[in-house]
Amino acid sequence: MDNLSSLSYFIPELTLTVTLLLVLCSDLLHREQEGLDFPAWLALVGMFVAFVAHFGLYGKPAVSLFEGMIAHDPFAVFFKGFFIFCTFIIVLLSIYSSEVFYYRKSEYLAILSAICLGMCLTASSTNLIMLYLSIELMSIGSYLLAGFARSGGKTDEAAIKYVLFGAMSTGVMLFGMSILYGLTGTMDIAGIRQVLFANVSSDPVVLLSFLFVLVGAGYKIAAVPFHFWCPDVYEGAPTPVTAFLSVASKGTGFALLIRFFYRAMLQPAGEGTWSSLPAIDWMLLFAILSAVTMTAGNLGAMPQRNIKRLLAYSAIAHAGYLLMGIAALTSEGIASILFYLVMYLFTNLTAFLVVMILVNRTGEDEIPSYRGLWQRAPLPAVVMAIALISLTGLPPTAGFVGKLYLFIAAWHSGLYWLVVVAVLNSVVSLYYYFRIVRAMFLETGPDTAISHQPVYETVLVLLAAPILLLMIFFGPVLRLAQYCAQMLP
Amino acid sequence: MMLQPTLSHYLVVSSCLFVLGLFILVTRRHAVRLLMGIELILNAANINLVAFNHYTATGLDGHVFAIFVMILAACEAAVALAIILAIYQQYANIDIDRMNSMRE
Repeated sequence: MDNLSSLSYFIPELTLTVTLLLVLCSDLLHREQEGLDFPAWLALVGMFVAFVAHFGLYGKPAVSLFEGMIAHDPFAVFFKGFFIFCTFIIVLLSIYSSEVFYYRKSEYLAILSAICLGMCLTASSTNLIMLYLSIELMSIGSYLLAGFARSGGKTDEAAIKYVLFGAMSTGVMLFGMSILYGLTGTMDIAGIRQVLFANVSSDPVVLLSFLFVLVGAGYKIAAVPFHFWCPDVYEGAPTPVTAFLSVASKGTGFALLIRFFYRAMLQPAGEGTWSSLPAIDWMLLFAILSAVTMTAGNLGAMPQRNIKRLLAYSAIAHAGYLLMGIAALTSEGIASILFYLVMYLFTNLTAFLVVMILVNRTGEDEIPSYRGLWQRAPLPAVVMAIALISLTGLPPTAGFVGKLYLFIAAWHSGLYWLVVVAVLNSVVSLYYYFRIVRAMFLETGPDTAISHQPVYETVLVLLAAPILLLMIFFGPVLRLAQYCAQMLP
Repeated sequence: MMLQPTLSHYLVVSSCLFVLGLFILVTRRHAVRLLMGIELILNAANINLVAFNHYTATGLDGHVFAIFVMILAACEAAVALAIILAIYQQYANIDIDRMNSMRE
């Protein structure tokens, strides 16, 4: 489709672009203050409009936009909604955070909108140039946000580790892309598949170039062995930014992995299954990656005392669970990833919001500071417990349903050993998640009450309610995930 | 007789640059040097793109990509140097092994 007629499919992104520019300019008109001020309102309204606009895209048929640069399909629309919703919540979290510079708020919000735009584009790019540009748009913004705190020290350290690891992995990914381009002579991802399946299918260079691209995606989702940055960055970055990285950045990594991998390296084989090049066993490769990642994440989380660090290792473990869906090589696998991401969005944002409330009031993010939270701040304690149960994957929460569908998808593809490993890992994770629950409910701490912004009570309830509701009414969301697993061929 | 460069000559150069870049990233601990290692990797990819475009592909995709990569490399370097400067003001050195205030 040509550029001009593509624009009607591009309304959420256009809204984000306008928001980003307006927020940046609002700095000139307005003297910033703490709390919900003019730039913050602008960003919230912009995100809201973009979120509403993306619903209008669901019914439209799947087409290729901007001369084959970008795909419009249910898969892309799903991720647009996912990223915009997540950014909206993060804006809400950042407004009252004591960790983010309040007199640089418009810059912060503009960068956040730019990252969101980059993420939306990453999920829909179908051309290597477009893909690389969108990944860099989101990465460079994320490097800046990781260092965007009032106090230096830990934050700067987090930012430098993030930028160096990040630039390295995108560099390696770029090298892989350049080899793929050389092998096939095209930048179009579907074109790459055509050439690969027609001629050079068993060339080891294909495997090598794909592994290079996997470095970039693996870094974004924090899969082993590209996860070293994760604990340090999560601990050092301001809490709202950590929450953003843990949910949206991981989502982008999976969007990239699915979009690139299923489009370039696999061929649809009918009835929702995909076949790979004969010489390369992708299923085994991803299954091993998944098993190693979840085990490393869960074992790493055990000795942690800092809650943000613990949640970082838990994020690594969850990347491992999510990779099961990719290893399944079926549409069912993709659908279960999408469902799991929805559950993960609500769960992780809830957990980080509680962490943030505590950091705001006490400046502490060590687990002992959660002792007796039940008496000091009942609502955050209860909500945190729900989130942790959901992360473990126990009923009555969304985490249980999400994990169940991932396990079923892997089981249907014959990865029985992987399901066993994942179940054992879930048992292990029970230990460290419940250490926090025990500290909150069974141990006693100082009896000073922790007050928080009244708006957060509403946000906490709104974020935590879906975790419980998704256990009972998972049908519609599951159908949405199954619908959104469709991609442009 | 002048040696005519072929595609494999360019690929040898780019692979050497890539390996050198990785080597720097693994062995050096000075943040600015690490940044230079990253630039080497990006340039290796650029040589690949331009060479492949010249010898094998039709169209200008590879050249266009290379130009975009240069621009993004500049952006990335700007951001990284800004962060390095902030670190330098804090610690008065930029050895990334000394930055270990966060440990389990």
